[in-house]
Amino acid sequence: MIPFEPERYELLAGPAYNFPFDRRGFFKSLGGGIVVASFLATANAQESGGGRRGGQSAPKEISAWLHIDRNGAVTAYTGKVEVGQNARTSLTQAVAEELGAPMSAIEMVMGDTARTPFDMGTFGSMTTPQMIPQLRKAAAAARQLLPAGEWKAIDFSKIDESGVFNRGNGSATEAVMKPTAKWAVLGTSPHKVHGRDMVTGKHRYTTDVKLPGMLYGRILRPERFNGKLVSLDASAAKRMAGVTVVEDGSFVGVVASTTSAASSALAALKAEWNAPAQTSSKTLFSDLRQTRGGSGGGRGGGGRGGTETGSVDKAMAEADKKLERTYTVAYIAHAPLEPRAAVASWSGDKLTVWTGTQRPFGVRSELAQSFHIPEENIRVIMPDTGSGYGGKHTGEAAIEAARLAKAAGKPVKLVWTREEEFTWAYFRPAGVIDVRSAVDKNGRLTAWEFHNYNSGTSAINTLYDVPNKKIEFHPVDAPLRSGSYRGLAGTANHFARECHMDEMAALAGVEPLEFRLRNLKDDRLRAVLQAAAEKFGWGKGNFGIAGGFEKGSYVATCAEVRVEAGKPARVVRVVQAYECGAVVNPDQLRNQNEGAVIMGLGGALFEAISFDNGKILNPHFARYRVPRFRDVPKIEIVLVDRKDLPSAGAGETPIMTLAPAIANAIFAATGERLRSMPMFPAGDAQPSQGGSAAVF
Amino acid sequence: MPDMDQTIQFVVNGTRHQVDAEPERTLLTVLRDELDLTGTKYGCGEGQCGACTVLIDGAPARSCQTRVAAMGGRKITTIEGLEEHGRLHPLQEAFLEVEAMQCGYCTAGMILSGVALLRKNANPDEAAITQAMQGNVCRCGTYPRIVAAVRIAARKGARA
Repeated sequence: MIPFEPERYELLAGPAYNFPFDRRGFFKSLGGGIVVASFLATANAQESGGGRRGGQSAPKEISAWLHIDRNGAVTAYTGKVEVGQNARTSLTQAVAEELGAPMSAIEMVMGDTARTPFDMGTFGSMTTPQMIPQLRKAAAAARQLLPAGEWKAIDFSKIDESGVFNRGNGSATEAVMKPTAKWAVLGTSPHKVHGRDMVTGKHRYTTDVKLPGMLYGRILRPERFNGKLVSLDASAAKRMAGVTVVEDGSFVGVVASTTSAASSALAALKAEWNAPAQTSSKTLFSDLRQTRGGSGGGRGGGGRGGTETGSVDKAMAEADKKLERTYTVAYIAHAPLEPRAAVASWSGDKLTVWTGTQRPFGVRSELAQSFHIPEENIRVIMPDTGSGYGGKHTGEAAIEAARLAKAAGKPVKLVWTREEEFTWAYFRPAGVIDVRSAVDKNGRLTAWEFHNYNSGTSAINTLYDVPNKKIEFHPVDAPLRSGSYRGLAGTANHFARECHMDEMAALAGVEPLEFRLRNLKDDRLRAVLQAAAEKFGWGKGNFGIAGGFEKGSYVATCAEVRVEAGKPARVVRVVQAYECGAVVNPDQLRNQNEGAVIMGLGGALFEAISFDNGKILNPHFARYRVPRFRDVPKIEIVLVDRKDLPSAGAGETPIMTLAPAIANAIFAATGERLRSMPMFPAGDAQPSQGGSAAVF
Repeated sequence: MPDMDQTIQFVVNGTRHQVDAEPERTLLTVLRDELDLTGTKYGCGEGQCGACTVLIDGAPARSCQTRVAAMGGRKITTIEGLEEHGRLHPLQEAFLEVEAMQCGYCTAGMILSGVALLRKNANPDEAAITQAMQGNVCRCGTYPRIVAAVRIAARKGARA
């Protein structure tokens, strides 16, 4: 493996330190019950936290993960959060499986810094591979301390705290988890555990939280990125009844008794801004190349990763057939339907914030830094949230709401407008990818060189067999603020790689699926390619195929397009095969795959952020087109269930191979190669299409 | 300044309410902030995503684009008003049956748009559903399941 750094766009800004889990306070909040007072012989290393942040490790006390009350009701705890990926359901399945309790007896407490064990955050498709085993271990160990028999037959009220539950106190309990072959709850498709609250409107998202005396806030935003406030006239807003204007350096906000009053007060502020001249999306791709070697806004430095195997130059010089091509990917927005939002409430120097974030503990740390108070004074609660897709890692809304609440002396709710969401959130990084490669006369790859500018390292390596290869990532000084997005750079890198593989297949005169299989030893990737092709009825037609691997999952997509002169191609049919080890919940895995295919249509076909001189030009759904009902093709998902392999997460990788499958289908249909995502940009001032002349 | 005495009366989910009718107030903010009916969602405030869809006298409407001052005497149905005597509307049941959601934030608007369609067309085909619901965004991409749910509800004879 090429030693690339961990994906820099995960925004792993975690807390510098963490306070010990306060179990006394924790049990007080539960109001008593039965303590499973034992320790796990082993606990999983804390997901994605440990190594980088000074050895955060998962608690070994079973009681940190599970609590059983005197009626046999189970509460399980995890710092993971629910953003629509159905972790609440799959984790409940995990506990039910090992504890032998019905799912209805189990309530998951998720993403609450006062109640759940520390967690770095919900990203990287890590909930399934790390939190499911963690909770299974805790539940299996607890089960071994309980009386034998059916859950409903156990008389929990008779269990003495000093009795059977304490049998293991002070000594470690070896958890014996059920083998996959004996799964009765995992591997099945129970419905979303809180589904009823969603269809009845009862579930309270962050935007729905209401506290006594709560006020509503709005934030004054600069006219352009990097704008500095030159002057502010707040006199008219201050005269409005019940309005508080909050000024703190460059931070300006208003608080009022209703949403509309806050908006009126905001509109009454007269501000002058000064911003430097800034670049435009029209020159995006040449800009990205020219700033090669820049700091990249993260852990900067020059080109990185990328060891060379063999000699690409020599292989290219000796090649029978070779090709150099450039692929480009525009900035896109997550556009979660629930915008960033927070409700903040102070009590003295103690702060409680409800906010939709994928990193509640990270947001707690940001709040501690912002307000110079210890983390132990802050509680961050994450209600199940209206999606994130990697876009909700940071705590801006939480900090803003807390600042307003501090000034107002009352709880404040802040909900970003759609325009703010499209402008002041961060974007999936744009990128330019140069590829050159060669094949011999037998249709075997002999050289592969791959340079990714800015979009990231996720899935940058190729699984195809090639003796001479060089793969590099180049950070640049990017014009827009970028961060995580579902699948990170995996979509960009798969787009470039799988389109280029198709171009090489055509050059070699080999059928695209056969070309891939001829250059591929990896059995799992071969299996999904073949599974997708079989279900699809692969052969001649307006068909395209692409496959890949990332985050423990293998994916292959076949797409069929319909083309009409003068119109963008239309995707009419998609078959996607997916393999992520032992399947935890088949229906929800299908749902993730279907959803990723549909979300992926947007980035593939028409989503692109347009910007000019520090302004986003299309910060509305009317001008930033997202996939809608009419865009949806017929979709079939083939699950390759490998019960012999550990389960991997599946929220991200299903989005990665749709775009190249579409581009390859368009080539099959028209002979035209589209090398830019999106392929059919809508709206004005779109990034220019990437050229085909690679620069090395 | 608005005339604070100017109020309107309307009926929400069968209950009569009297609210201030300042011109800048939308039905969405009144439902959510004043009546605490938070099942109706803010998604864009621009009538482009459908998350705020409610029924006004049975017809689907974007509550974020509806001035509350115009609601005098009208009958509003929100997602909280679909359940009757503890029984879910058939479309709510169908959403659960086929898991037609991921994050659930669009769900209320989707269900109300679907209910409005079923009242007009008891047996809509896929094209009719797509046509009627094109204005509702599900960013998680559960559209095929939503179409399936509407068709299941139609088969089961969604009550008016």
